[in-house]
Amino acid sequence: MATIRIDQGGDAGASLRTEPANTTVTGGRDILFGLYDDEVKLLEAVKAANADHLDIDDVYTPFPVHGLDPLLGLEESRLHVAGFIFGSIGCLFGFGFMTWVFTRDWPIIFGGKPYWSVPAFIPITFELTVLFAAVGMVTVFYIINGLGPGAEPRRLHDRITDDKFCIAFDVTDSDDTSIDQLRQYFERTGVETVHRKTVAA
Amino acid sequence: MSGHIAPVRQPLITGHKTYHQITEDICRPTETAPSLSWVITFIISVMLLGLFAFSVAWTVWIGIGSWNLNRTINWGWDITNFVWWVGIGHAGTLISAILLLFRQKWRTGVNRAAEAMTIFAVMCAGQFPLIHMGRLWLAIFIFPYPNTRGPLWVNFNSPLLWDVFAISTYFTVSLLFWYAGLVPDLATVRDRAVGLRKKIYGVVSFGWNGSAKHWQRWESLSLILAGLATPLVLSVHTIVSFDFATSVIPGWHTTIFPPYFVAGAIFSGFAMVLTLMLIARKVLHLEDYITIEHIESMNKVILLTGSIVGVAYLTELFIAWYSGYVYEQFAFLNRVLGPYYWSYIGMMLCNVLSPQIFWSKKIRTSLFWTFFMSIFINIGMWFERFVIIATTLSRDYLPSSWSYYVPSWVEICIFIGTLGLFFTLFLIFTRVAPVVAIAEIKSILKTAGDQYIGPNAVAHAHANHANGHTVPAEVNDLSAGSTVDIDGANDKPLD
Repeated sequence: MATIRIDQGGDAGASLRTEPANTTVTGGRDILFGLYDDEVKLLEAVKAANADHLDIDDVYTPFPVHGLDPLLGLEESRLHVAGFIFGSIGCLFGFGFMTWVFTRDWPIIFGGKPYWSVPAFIPITFELTVLFAAVGMVTVFYIINGLGPGAEPRRLHDRITDDKFCIAFDVTDSDDTSIDQLRQYFERTGVETVHRKTVAA
Repeated sequence: MSGHIAPVRQPLITGHKTYHQITEDICRPTETAPSLSWVITFIISVMLLGLFAFSVAWTVWIGIGSWNLNRTINWGWDITNFVWWVGIGHAGTLISAILLLFRQKWRTGVNRAAEAMTIFAVMCAGQFPLIHMGRLWLAIFIFPYPNTRGPLWVNFNSPLLWDVFAISTYFTVSLLFWYAGLVPDLATVRDRAVGLRKKIYGVVSFGWNGSAKHWQRWESLSLILAGLATPLVLSVHTIVSFDFATSVIPGWHTTIFPPYFVAGAIFSGFAMVLTLMLIARKVLHLEDYITIEHIESMNKVILLTGSIVGVAYLTELFIAWYSGYVYEQFAFLNRVLGPYYWSYIGMMLCNVLSPQIFWSKKIRTSLFWTFFMSIFINIGMWFERFVIIATTLSRDYLPSSWSYYVPSWVEICIFIGTLGLFFTLFLIFTRVAPVVAIAEIKSILKTAGDQYIGPNAVAHAHANHANGHTVPAEVNDLSAGSTVDIDGANDKPLD
């Protein structure tokens, strides 16, 4: 069984580079989180948390762990809907614009072809469909995730983007009993280290 | 995604890596001082970039007359180089998009660098049409925007304008796709850095924190972008080929051009990826991540696309003869036996005959031969574009206009200069960003690491995933690894 260490201030883990815990943030959230060293342990731990009806705040991993989403009850992403909508706009805009230019605004005969030469409009219509869909979807992706240059979402531990798998609980309003219960849960599920950190809400 | 690993699959990550070692190995080039070889290569590249700036300035100052184009051969090295660079720029998106849809795990070792290469190659390609305009500052005229000239619009029926849309869309989408994949890895670099470095990587990593919901959307985004980029990558070189195929020049107006150009683009792109990766794996010590298995896979793609290109060359000749159309027949006879016969021989030798040596597994897995062939193929593909463009134009309908074309020093310097631009950008990239996709490599470790599969696997005694248990599809990828790390974890379904 792994050693349990509740990180208090300067007591940084020997094998882990940790940020100083308990940084005071006014109106912040108090987070208790455990780091696991393997994604299979993580999946088992999430299942155990579900069985114990523990309310997981979030799970952080260095890479996408398959099988995690249904355990956390995450619905399938609807990004593809955004992609479809933006793509449709691009498609209609491209085709509509070329139609307007060549039939209304400035009709010109090229090589004896009709003004409204639909086949010749297809390449640009296609490119604009893809362009709008991609740019729109990527923009939506960054906005709904709250990511962007200068964005500072909650970052619990430096090793989460390296090799540690993190389960976090919000213990802002928890009493000592429930925190003890969480510690026991971490211990039981083979956690490597447990930390506590106050983060911005 | 299937959890079953065919016994024929070789490990894609060697050296019994842990997750942390992967991070260390791939981040190292961004964290240490550059090696002497990097510095020397960089200085040479920047000097060539200077040559590019000089020869472009010369072209703009003196005019396009400083090139050796003439009234018969009005497209020469400029368009040849443009098509060559765009073709090279196809491998990155092919690897990242099409191979993602086909669930090819080996793409994870090379996709990041290949996508970077794509972006830089498209940037090089874009220079040529711009310079050929002569008045660079009027390049904005190619975009349809409300203007004071009427407004007079661009010609939406022209393949040259389709090119503008295709190339700029391709560049934008490739850049977005590449950067979306880079964000989690830049966050890894950020979390290892201190001081100013941490601040800079903090800004460019967009505050990524690895939350489960973010990863879910990230995977969804990658998949849909791959779905969009797949028809896009095929459309781009198709549209480039329309520059020729929709004209009325014998030798150009052939319906075979789109597939033939696309196959050629993948062919040359993979060759350039191999050239770069063979050097990068050595210089950046990434032999454990870009293995012989990766190189062999790419050589197989080269063999396939090289053969497709070869069939296309022969089909062209056959159809020219079979059409019974004398101008078409002459165009192809001239292509093979005319004044530019040497470039046709070069093309056939480099593109069709020599890649056939890759039928031999020994040669396919040899670093020397792979490197040699990758250079050879790039030369061959350059010849192909030159054959199509210069040879065809040199003998047009009027024998009195027949001509011969040799590039001027300015044209040669611009081409060499774009190599400088390309390598300068690529060398900077190897210093500032992880060259291998860290998160994606980690996600295949347990199904492709050499401690789990292959002859050096340490876990054979536990490898019991063929024991008849049903494992839910979502966790199949983990099941192979779970037999190693937690005894008995695989004995029951993970649901």
